[in-house]
Amino acid sequence: MDFETVIGLEVHAQLLTCTKIFCGCSTAFGRPPNSLTCPVCLALPGALPVLNRKAVEFAMKMALATGCRINEQNVFARKNYFYPDLPKGYQISQDTLPLAEGGHILIEVQDGNTKIGIERIHMEEDAGKLIHDEANRASYVDLNRAGVPLIEIVSKPDLRSPAAAVHYLKSLHEILVYLEICDGNMEEGSFRCDANVSLRPRGQSTLGRRTELKNLNSFRHVQRALEYEVTRQRRLLEKGLEVEQETRLWDEAQGMTMSMRSKGEARDYRYFPEPDLVPVVIDEAWVAKVRADLPELPQARRERFVSAYGIPAYDAGVLTSDRRLADYYEDVVRLCDRPKIAANWVMGDVMRLLNEDRRGAHDCPVMPESLAEMILLIEEGVVSGKMAKEIIEQMYRTGRPPAQIIAEKGMVQITDEGELDATIAAVLEANPRQLAEYRGGRDKLFGYFVGQVMKLTGGKANPKLVNDLLKKALHHD
Amino acid sequence: MKLSAMDVEYAAGLARLEITDQEKEIFARQLNEVLLYIGSLNELDTQGVVPAAHPGGLTNVFREDEVRESLNTQEALTNAPDTRGDFFRVPKIID
Amino acid sequence: MELHSLTIHELQDMIRAGGTTATRITEAVFQRIGAVEPKVHAYIRLMKEEALAQAALADEDIKRGDIKPLTGIGVALKDLLCTRGVPTTCGSRMLQNYISPYDATVVEKLAAAGAIFIGKTNTDEFAMGSSTETSCFGPTRNPWDTDRIPGGSSGGSAAAVAADECIAAVGSDTGGSIRQPASLCGVIGFKPTYGLVSRFGLVAFASSLDQIGPLTKDVEDAAIMMNVLAGYDPRDATCVATQIPDYRKFLGRDISGWLVGIPKEYFAEGTDREVLDAVEKAVQSVEKCGARITEISLPHTKYCVAVYCIIAPAEASSNLARMDGIRYGLRAKEARDLAEVYTKSRTDGFGAEVKRRIIIGAYSLSAGYRDAYYGKASQVRTLISRDFDEAFRECDIILTPTTPTPAFKIGEKVENPLQMYLSDMFTISANLSGIPAISIPCGYTHAGLPVGVQFLAGRFEEARLLQFAAAFEKSAAVEKRRPVV
Repeated sequence: MDFETVIGLEVHAQLLTCTKIFCGCSTAFGRPPNSLTCPVCLALPGALPVLNRKAVEFAMKMALATGCRINEQNVFARKNYFYPDLPKGYQISQDTLPLAEGGHILIEVQDGNTKIGIERIHMEEDAGKLIHDEANRASYVDLNRAGVPLIEIVSKPDLRSPAAAVHYLKSLHEILVYLEICDGNMEEGSFRCDANVSLRPRGQSTLGRRTELKNLNSFRHVQRALEYEVTRQRRLLEKGLEVEQETRLWDEAQGMTMSMRSKGEARDYRYFPEPDLVPVVIDEAWVAKVRADLPELPQARRERFVSAYGIPAYDAGVLTSDRRLADYYEDVVRLCDRPKIAANWVMGDVMRLLNEDRRGAHDCPVMPESLAEMILLIEEGVVSGKMAKEIIEQMYRTGRPPAQIIAEKGMVQITDEGELDATIAAVLEANPRQLAEYRGGRDKLFGYFVGQVMKLTGGKANPKLVNDLLKKALHHD
Repeated sequence: MKLSAMDVEYAAGLARLEITDQEKEIFARQLNEVLLYIGSLNELDTQGVVPAAHPGGLTNVFREDEVRESLNTQEALTNAPDTRGDFFRVPKIID
Repeated sequence: MELHSLTIHELQDMIRAGGTTATRITEAVFQRIGAVEPKVHAYIRLMKEEALAQAALADEDIKRGDIKPLTGIGVALKDLLCTRGVPTTCGSRMLQNYISPYDATVVEKLAAAGAIFIGKTNTDEFAMGSSTETSCFGPTRNPWDTDRIPGGSSGGSAAAVAADECIAAVGSDTGGSIRQPASLCGVIGFKPTYGLVSRFGLVAFASSLDQIGPLTKDVEDAAIMMNVLAGYDPRDATCVATQIPDYRKFLGRDISGWLVGIPKEYFAEGTDREVLDAVEKAVQSVEKCGARITEISLPHTKYCVAVYCIIAPAEASSNLARMDGIRYGLRAKEARDLAEVYTKSRTDGFGAEVKRRIIIGAYSLSAGYRDAYYGKASQVRTLISRDFDEAFRECDIILTPTTPTPAFKIGEKVENPLQMYLSDMFTISANLSGIPAISIPCGYTHAGLPVGVQFLAGRFEEARLLQFAAAFEKSAAVEKRRPVV
């Protein structure tokens, strides 16, 4: 039988606020255990949550970027369950009135763009961290992460293959990072994903029995786990067996998903409105304000780079892969109006230098003004391409503008015709044999003469001028 | 609706409480009296009535994203019955 | 009169006149405690050393002429309010050794106003009760008759004020837990509008109902305490940023012409005859002040207890989930795995009434029942609030009995939870609708037990409520008896 794969993803993204969602503790990663806690996030008796405004605005950004409808009435709800990483015995989340619903993003698959629906986006708080000590049969609780703001982005079951799922996930990741509301670090857990997978006979509209996959800590894990699970389910169904509705953990080492033994009791979260928080009412004015602050999103920006700057789609893709890099590029273009040349410089030397130092474009020592100036200096013939390579290196190390470096290093091109004529005459005089051969028809020797002139001038001669003058000299005599 | 000893056991389980068989019976009887009383609410037609989660009527209360001093680890752990190093300790989790 | 039996304003006048000192007042209070506390058991913990040290500092302030609204005044705190450095037990084995690393906002405010903390008063376990019998430290006794309950859950605070074991006290009110014990102990109990006083540092019972308020010896003291307790707190998102007037300024003003509503549903059968007689006299006193009386209807009154019996336990079941024996609180020693840490610690740590409420709360929120119970109750809560909105469009004040009976015997209702819940039948509506209410003594039964009358006002109308209560207090001139312990 021919089966269709149906995948839905639940993505948890930590928001890049300075403080937790309900208290003033820092959200910094990697601090000593339980050093970023207070009565609120430790759930001490009597402590009360107060909502971080920025967390709401960050969540709104994602909702708008994915075309969701933001609900005017937002209510937080308590999701009640016991676990040692959940100090209050409930997670403050959203239930029936989430932040936003009904959005979508476009992803590129083999046969064009596909719309992947977003069911809802809601705000909630992260849990703490548990460290398991098998030897001592104990677990250790660190609550630094407890209360870090999260958004959960729930897709519709619109994904039809593991590859599409990964594609969707990468798009979400790109948008979140672009919006600068999540650092997207999967290793540190600031971007996490659970997947719901089921198969159904092609043509059937009802969904098959699904499994929920957890422990997907990288894009690669997502892909492999989904592929494994799709195959596993297909084999079961082909044998006429049923897929059990359960949660399965991806074991990367063994390359398989494993059933989490089902807990004795069913999940009964007893949601009810959080009485310690008041409703959040998001009116149109607030939405408009956040929308106005929204940066252009990667997809739109890619398309604009191609149409407005006339650069290849590939280049547009590279340049927009990082919002700050794209900003940098656009700054340079605005200052020199040479989009194609600027793209080459940014994608070439600038990115190479930044990558070597693992630096972001926002703290690139070569100011956009400097790069633009250099591009114009090349065009005016003041510096050669070769000199420019050296200059950009210097600009990167010292942060100085090109004119200053050129002056200090005496790197200005020789454009004085008299000086160059004299050099050319000297070269021709020193190479009578080659001169004779050239005049005898060996045109290729022209390059040899150019090289000799460049050598004598230490590479500073303006190549175009050398060409012109050399031609004149060779043909006149 | 009548609450059985099993309902009591289920609800106690949700709340992580252990109750003896005797308590189950007593609680079921006592809670049934309460539930019977609560049943009077069904006389009321509440269709379309907005539920009140709050008597306040406040909306949009926020704090700004400014870091406040946390407790130090020592203070955080001081009331804990079992700790190790800078952590709270619990027996190994068995599902 | 001895110092411990005086009011805040009387003592402050004496302090200002140089007639007494903070130390003398504090010593007098502890002397009184030494004499009556073994019979009353109002306190879980006394703070004598701290109090005398505070008093010595207060006396230095007094010498410098720095006299704050509560300088030198011995205040008792319900042991549901977090206090740094002194255990906050909530009357529960679960928190028997718990020491909060921070002070509740109201504790900070009282300290800043010069109050001297006498101790932490007894309470029903996590405030769940109407008799102060569910405390793991044993019951508090009513100073008027020590075989009887003082009411609850702020029974320790009410008994302490009634027995002059403090000058004033602070309690919390979720369904009547300030007003009901105040009524049964013959003192003033004031529950402010929801959101007027910060709940930060009050161990939560039912978050949408809880409100902190004072128990005092007269209305003027209630106004003085409210001046200190009320006001915005950025740490409580449900606390309203509103201008707080000086409530004392409203006392002594005329209330003639005010319209006082008597809701007929509060005078239906089941209320004790002697209570009704005392309340009837209170109505006459109100009329003497020139206020007009009108009968009104609050049609959803009979559903108040039912709604409360769902909403309060539902919120409580969630609020108490944090008591898991991991970060603080009792941890069962015999727990071998994590599941047992939870169940055994919670089973050992909570008493029967708390368990009963947690179970009914979890049940009413559980899958399949949530809409029928919690959902329905939340809707009826709206109807109850609307009743009051409607009534206050006409009336300035609503007058009702505070409790259906005077203080009952210790043990009388322990086995009958529903009867216990019904003892709050007149006080619950103010919590459900969030409005302010005060209980004030209006007479005695033949057996000499105090009876209280309750006045309710519209949201944030505490100034008018206190003005009315003060006028009533003066006009009624209820005989000032003191309990003989």
